[in-house]
Amino acid sequence: MDASFFFTQFVSGLTMATLLFLVASGLTLIFGVGNVFNFAHGSFYMLGAYFGYQFVTVWGNNFWLSLVLTAVCVGLVGMVVEAVFLRRIYGRANEGGFQILLTYSFILIIDDLVKLIWGTEYKSLPRPQGFQGAFQAGDIYFPAYNLLIIAIGLFVVVAAWWILSRTRAGRVARAAATDREIVGVLGVNVPRTMTLVFGIATALGGMAGALAAPLRTVTPGAGIEVIIDSLIVVVLGGMGNFWGAWFGAILIGEVNAFAVAFVPKWATLFSFLVMVIVLVFKPEGLFATRKIRKL
Amino acid sequence: MTKETAMNFKAATLWGMIVVLFALVPVLASSPYQINLASHVLIWSLFAVSFNMLWGVTGMLSLGQALFYGLGAYSVGLLVNYLGSAWYLPGIGIGLLAAALLAFFLGLLVIRVGGVYFTMLTLAFGQLAWQITFKWYDFTGGDDGIQGIMPPGLLGNKTAYYYFLLVLVLVSIWILKRMAYSPFGLILRCVQQNPDRVRFLGRRVRRNQLRIYIISSFFSALAGSLMVGVDSSIHTDMLYWTTSGEVILMSVLGGINQFFGPFVGAVAIILIEDYVGAYTEYWSLIIGTIMLVMVLGFPKGLVGEARRLIMRFGRTETGR
Repeated sequence: MDASFFFTQFVSGLTMATLLFLVASGLTLIFGVGNVFNFAHGSFYMLGAYFGYQFVTVWGNNFWLSLVLTAVCVGLVGMVVEAVFLRRIYGRANEGGFQILLTYSFILIIDDLVKLIWGTEYKSLPRPQGFQGAFQAGDIYFPAYNLLIIAIGLFVVVAAWWILSRTRAGRVARAAATDREIVGVLGVNVPRTMTLVFGIATALGGMAGALAAPLRTVTPGAGIEVIIDSLIVVVLGGMGNFWGAWFGAILIGEVNAFAVAFVPKWATLFSFLVMVIVLVFKPEGLFATRKIRKL
Repeated sequence: MTKETAMNFKAATLWGMIVVLFALVPVLASSPYQINLASHVLIWSLFAVSFNMLWGVTGMLSLGQALFYGLGAYSVGLLVNYLGSAWYLPGIGIGLLAAALLAFFLGLLVIRVGGVYFTMLTLAFGQLAWQITFKWYDFTGGDDGIQGIMPPGLLGNKTAYYYFLLVLVLVSIWILKRMAYSPFGLILRCVQQNPDRVRFLGRRVRRNQLRIYIISSFFSALAGSLMVGVDSSIHTDMLYWTTSGEVILMSVLGGINQFFGPFVGAVAIILIEDYVGAYTEYWSLIIGTIMLVMVLGFPKGLVGEARRLIMRFGRTETGR
């Protein structure tokens, strides 16, 4: 194995890891703050990819503007969904199960709505201007777009960590995660906070979808693959743990990238293998800061 | 008549009606298609009822029961395909044994984590099995599946096969019902409602969860293996996560806290699917909407809501 091959796979793994992290961070955020498991999170990722396609390829907008618009639009959809549907089942007996069922119904509905609107054929999105080429260092090539995604991911992880741990809004969100009722008594509008957090999380998922679209093709049904991958990431890192999700994403991204290079046919099995090993030895996740809640 | 014997009498009448109704299907059916439809209803009912032993009774929402359903189907299908149709019945037995063994080892892994984690891990392992089956083209036929799998001898006759599966399905459902209201079933309910108290009583939560996981998977595999003879084929879709999703939908529609809820749900979904599926390709939009409405508006399901209405307007009686 020579160095250039190694670096190529490494960067490709890091890119995948970053996209995975953007999705998984949304998942972990909703779970950590709102105790809601959004099974449909992958569908918001898919929605992001289609919105990106619509803004860039169909309406011919600038890529960067489209990225922001996509994140905002997907976030808005997420907020509406939370406020109209999910909110109704908070506090119900057996809430965890009903959350999964309700968000499962979103997957089914969003999948078919996407087919109705955009059809079933594959869509593609061009890379943004200025990021089509590759940087060269010695005989190693780094695709510019991949580096860009990695940079955006780093920015998001730092920003999210900073907001959650250093700002008042973040503290309120974390407090609401611990005890909704007390935070409400202290004068915080908890339902609105939940809606907002849900919006931010789905916006992250949507952004990941739009960013991933130039690298992968956009198809209906992409949501479920993404949710399983990000679930593995979240299991590795520990639910509700940002840095854990980041580390889990890097681990799975790299394992995948190298598995694809060596045993392409069975590559997908390796991320499961990692998950099984972690589950056997540390079922609460590698970086769990609190005990798994039994929903 | 005491209350107890009255209830036994009612239950017996209900059972009798179900048995007679399904037994008469081949006699009244005007086409083989109707027998096929009734077979689907029966098999999905068994699958849904065994799934609900996990979810409705014990509170373990598995999104991966398609794994065992598919395992049952593939062990019959592959054995018949490679070794001949004499392996049909042994294939069912081997599939059941394999499912129980796999459920034991997988259960050790997935039961360690509770709640949402359990659901997602069962989903992940189910999808793993689907991927392996999908990609191992040389052995499993991949996306093409395997067609033309016929049961041997008398069972090759569609009507005979229908009675064969009718007996197996009804006996299985009867066993599961007995189990649901046995002391074991009561412990399972306690596990759902108050695991701590189960521990105080000196019962082991995880061991009981593992037991029901194995039992449920065993009967899911039986449902899968019986389906092979109905459709004469196996296909990777049997392992796909939407198959697991379908039994969840059936249970929710019928009512998860009622033993016969999933049964009613399965009948309803199969019939709706048969009727509506012919008109639209947007089937998942329809079942998604049904699920949304049930979860938000009628969490007790059809049977639960019907029972509530009866309790409200009819005589006050305590059913179970």
